[in-house]
Amino acid sequence: MKFGVVQFPGSNCDFDAVHALKDVMKRPTVLLWHKDHDLQGVDCVVLPGGFSYGDYLRSGAIARFSPLMQEVKAFARDGGRVLGICNGFQILLELGLLPGAMLRNKNLKFLCQHVHIRIEDARTDFTRAGRRGQVLRIPIAHFDGNYYAPARTLAEIERNGQVVFRYCDADGAVTDEANVNGSLHGIAGIRNEAGNVLGLMPHPERAAEALLGSRDGRTIFESLIQSVEKRRPARRPAPAKKVRHDR
Amino acid sequence: MIDKSVLDRHNLTEDEYRLIVELIGKEPNLTELGIFSVMWSEHCSYKSSRVHLKKFPTEGPRVVQGPGENAGVLDIGDGQVVVFKIESHNHPSYIEPYQGAATGVGGILRDIFTMGARPIAVMDSLRFGPPDDPKNRPIMEGVVSGIAGYGNSIGVPTVGGEVYFDPCYALNPLVNVFCLGLADKDKIFYAKAEGAGNKVLYVGAKTGRDGIHGATMASAEFGKDTEQKRPNVQVGDPFKEKLLVEACLEIMDRGLIVGIQDMGAAGLTCSTTEMAAKGGVGIVLDLDKVPQRESGMTPYEILLSESQERMLLVARPENVPAVQAVFAKWDLDAPVVGEVVEGGRARMTFKGEVVVDIPVDAVVNLCPAYNRPVAAPAPAPALPPLGALPAPADLGQALERVLASPTVADKQWVFRQYDHMVQDNTVFLPGADAAVLRIKGSKKALAMTLDGNGLYTRLDPRTGAGIAVAEACRNLACVGARPIGVTNCLNFGNPEKPEVMGQFEQAVEGIAEACRAFGLPVTGGNVSFYNDTEGLSIHPTPVLGIVGLIEDVGRAIRPGFRAGGDAVVLIGDTLDELGGSEYLRAVHGLEAGAPPALDLEKEKRHQEFLLEAIGAGLVRSAHDLAEGGLAVALAECAFHSDGRIGCAVDLGAAAAAGGTTRDDALLFSESQSRIVVTCRKAGLDGLLELAARRGVPARAIGLTGGSALAFARAGREIMRLSVDAAYRAWKDSLPAFFKVRA
Repeated sequence: MKFGVVQFPGSNCDFDAVHALKDVMKRPTVLLWHKDHDLQGVDCVVLPGGFSYGDYLRSGAIARFSPLMQEVKAFARDGGRVLGICNGFQILLELGLLPGAMLRNKNLKFLCQHVHIRIEDARTDFTRAGRRGQVLRIPIAHFDGNYYAPARTLAEIERNGQVVFRYCDADGAVTDEANVNGSLHGIAGIRNEAGNVLGLMPHPERAAEALLGSRDGRTIFESLIQSVEKRRPARRPAPAKKVRHDR
Repeated sequence: MIDKSVLDRHNLTEDEYRLIVELIGKEPNLTELGIFSVMWSEHCSYKSSRVHLKKFPTEGPRVVQGPGENAGVLDIGDGQVVVFKIESHNHPSYIEPYQGAATGVGGILRDIFTMGARPIAVMDSLRFGPPDDPKNRPIMEGVVSGIAGYGNSIGVPTVGGEVYFDPCYALNPLVNVFCLGLADKDKIFYAKAEGAGNKVLYVGAKTGRDGIHGATMASAEFGKDTEQKRPNVQVGDPFKEKLLVEACLEIMDRGLIVGIQDMGAAGLTCSTTEMAAKGGVGIVLDLDKVPQRESGMTPYEILLSESQERMLLVARPENVPAVQAVFAKWDLDAPVVGEVVEGGRARMTFKGEVVVDIPVDAVVNLCPAYNRPVAAPAPAPALPPLGALPAPADLGQALERVLASPTVADKQWVFRQYDHMVQDNTVFLPGADAAVLRIKGSKKALAMTLDGNGLYTRLDPRTGAGIAVAEACRNLACVGARPIGVTNCLNFGNPEKPEVMGQFEQAVEGIAEACRAFGLPVTGGNVSFYNDTEGLSIHPTPVLGIVGLIEDVGRAIRPGFRAGGDAVVLIGDTLDELGGSEYLRAVHGLEAGAPPALDLEKEKRHQEFLLEAIGAGLVRSAHDLAEGGLAVALAECAFHSDGRIGCAVDLGAAAAAGGTTRDDALLFSESQSRIVVTCRKAGLDGLLELAARRGVPARAIGLTGGSALAFARAGREIMRLSVDAAYRAWKDSLPAFFKVRA
C-alpha cells in the first residue's frame, strides 16, 4: 500500500500526513508536487490540510486548477482512493468530486480543538476498521468548516448514506453544542456515491499517536490500508508505546 | 536643504546630524539622511539600551550564537540546535490591531528561518486594557485574529503564551511574539555578505510604499494624531511568506547561498548595510532592479519601505541560476539587484545616478550609545497595613472573583483561534505551565514559556523582573524541563524620562542577576521603548521567554490532578505577601504594595528538588503558584484534571511554618518559589524525605478527590467552593465579553 500526499503551495499539513502514514503507519508514502502530472503509482491520494494559495479567493478554489488535479480526477473516476483532509476536503468540494460547500464557522472564528465524530457507516474503505456508532476523538483546525448543501443535495446524500462522520458529544449524541462549526446535519465528513473519495474536516494525522493525545485517527488510515491489502490480513503497525506520566 | 524641521521629521537630533556629517565626510542628501534616521532609530540601534544590555550573561556551553544575529542559537545535542527570539510589535498593533499583530508574527518567523531553521512554535505575550471597557475589545479581537490569521495560514503552531489585562495597556497594548525553530547545527546561516563579486538577490513581495518609517514610528511617543500613522503599518501576506519559508529552507539545505537576511524594520536599507558591515565588505545596488509594487517610487521610498515578506540573499555567481530555479518552483522571482564589492561602502544607483554613497560601518555600528539620565522610579503606592484591609466575609466568593478576573480566567477563547497542533509535535495543549513539543525521531522534547508581571515590575522593577525569570524557570521545572536559554522583550516607556530609564536599569539588573543565578545565557531579544500614549507610560513590562529541554518526553508532567486519593504537597513557604497580588486587584481594587520577595538561592533549590523528584518518578502532577496564589493554583489543578477532581486541604501546618496571619493571605498570597505537586499516597514519605534531604520545605496538606475545593486551617474550614462553580467563574469570564452580537 503506497500513499501519495499532494503538496500545493500553502499546504501546511503535508509533512504531518507523510509523518503519520510513513513513520506511524509504516507505509511507503511520497510527496506529489502539484505541478507534476505523475501520481507515481500510489494506491491512495491524500489532499492534506493547509491554506492552498493562501485560501485568499475561497478555501480550495485555486488549488483545483493545479496541473496534478487532472490526474487526481482521472484516478478518482477509475476508482482510486482519495482522502481529503480539511483544506483537502475543501479542494474536493471545489473540484466537484464531492457535493456541497463550506461556509465560515458559525462563531466566525478559527477553531482549533479536539472534537468527537461518530462513524455513520463502517462499511466504507475509510471506516472498515471501526464500527458503526463508534466515537472518534480527533482535532479540528479550520475557519471554513461549516458544511452546507442545498436541501435537495443534502436529502440525496443522506438517502445515499454518503454521510460518513458527524460531530457528536463524547457519548455519540449529535447535538447542536457538539456541532461547533454549525455544519448542516452535523456533517464532519462525506464520501462520493461510488465510495472511493472521502473528505473530512477533522485531522486524523494529528490523532495517530498517544503522545499527542489521541490515536483515534488511525482508524481511518487502517481502514484504507485494509481496503487495499485486504487479501492478506492488514498488517497492523506496532502499537505506539503508551505514554507514562508516573512510575 | 536639511534644516531643523527635516531633522525633527526624521527623529534625529542636531548633535546626531553633526556626527553623521563627520562620519561620512559630507552633507548627506535626503535619501542618505533617511537611511541614517531609520538605522539610528531607537528601534534599530538600541542607542538608549545598549549600555545596560551588556549586563546580561550571554555565554554558556550550549551557546552557538548569542545576541547580535537575527536570533539566538543553542545546542540541544544530537547535532541539532534551537533558534529562538522574541520581538515586539506594540506600536503597529495599536494603530491597526489585525495587521500589526499579523506582521509581528511574520517578522519573527523570518528572523528564525533566515538562520536556516524551520519554525516549529510561536508563543505570544499580550497585554490589553480590561475587556469590560468596550473600547479595548476590538483591539484584543483584532490582535488575536491577526496572530491566528498569519500563524495558522503559514502552518506554525501557536503553542502558548500569556494574556494580561491592566488599564495601563488600554492605549498601548503589548504584542510580543516569540518563535522557535529547529535546525541542524552544521546548517546555520548568518546575515553576512562575503566575497567581492558575489551577487545580491532580492526575493519575495514587491516593494511598496507601505511601512515607510515604521521603525522611526516605533521610536516615538504616540499622541492624539496616532490615527494618521495608519499608513505606516504594513499588510501581511502569510501565503507569500509560506512560499519563502519552503524555498529558502530548500536553498539553504542545498548550500546554494553565502548569506541571507530578511527585510524587516528599515527594509532594504537595514538588510544591505547590515550584511555588508558584518562581512566587512561593500555593496552596490541598482534600485531600478528592485521589484516595485507601484510606479513613481523614489529611492528614498524604495530604501525605507517596510513592505513585508522580502528577503535579501548573497550567492556566488555560478549558483545564481540554481537559486533562481528553486524560487521559480515556488512561483517566486529572485532578480539580481546588486553585487558585493570591496571597500565597505554602500553605493546605490537609481536611473543611472548615484543616490547613496556612504560607509556601512557608520550606518550600522557608529550610532552613538546614550547613557541616558537615570532617576529612582516612583515608589510603589503603599499598601495599608493588612489589619486595615477588610477580610472578605465569604472567601469562596472572593475565589470566584479572582478566577473570573480576566488575567486569571481561562484563555481558551484566545487559544482555540490559534492552530496549536499543526506540525504534529504539540504534546501539551495551551494551558499547561509550559508548552511541550516533542522532537521527532528522538525521546527529547522542548518546553517553552513566556512570563512577565508588569505590575510587580511597576512596584519594584528589580524584583519584578527577577520574578519573571524565576517564574519562567519554575514553569519549565513543573513540566519536567531544565531551562537552557533566555530571550527577552523589554517593554518600557519613554527612555528620555529619567524615571523610565531608572525602571529599565533596575529591571535589566534584576534579569541579569536571576539569569546568572540559574546559569542561563541570554541569547538575544528586543527592547521596545516609547510605550507611551498621550503622555501615559505603561507598567514597565519585561517579558521573558525561556526554553527548556526534557530528556524523556514520556516523563513530562502536567498540572492537572491525576486521580482522587493522591496526596497534595505544597513546596515552599506561604507568607503574608499580598502586595501586587491579583487578589488585591480583583477583590479590593488595589494595585499597591511591594511584590513578593524573591530569594534566588531558595528558588533554585526548590526547582532542583522538583526536577529530581520528577526524575525519580515521585510526582504525578505539578503546578506553579503564581497570580492568585494557592487557591487559584489548586483550582487550576482541578480544572485540568479529567473529570474535574477536587481536593481538600488543611493548611494548618503550612500556615504555622510560613507565618501567614490571615485566611485570605493563606489562600491568595503570591509568595514565590512555591509549587503544588501530587503524588501517590504510597510515595508521599519518599517525596517528603527527599525534600528534607535537600533542605526544601514541603508539606503534605491534603488529598485530591471530591467535587469541591475545600480549605481548612488547623481543622477549621475557611473556604469551600464546588469545583463546578469555580470552573464556571473561570471558564465563562472572557467569552462573556465577546459574545457574537446578534
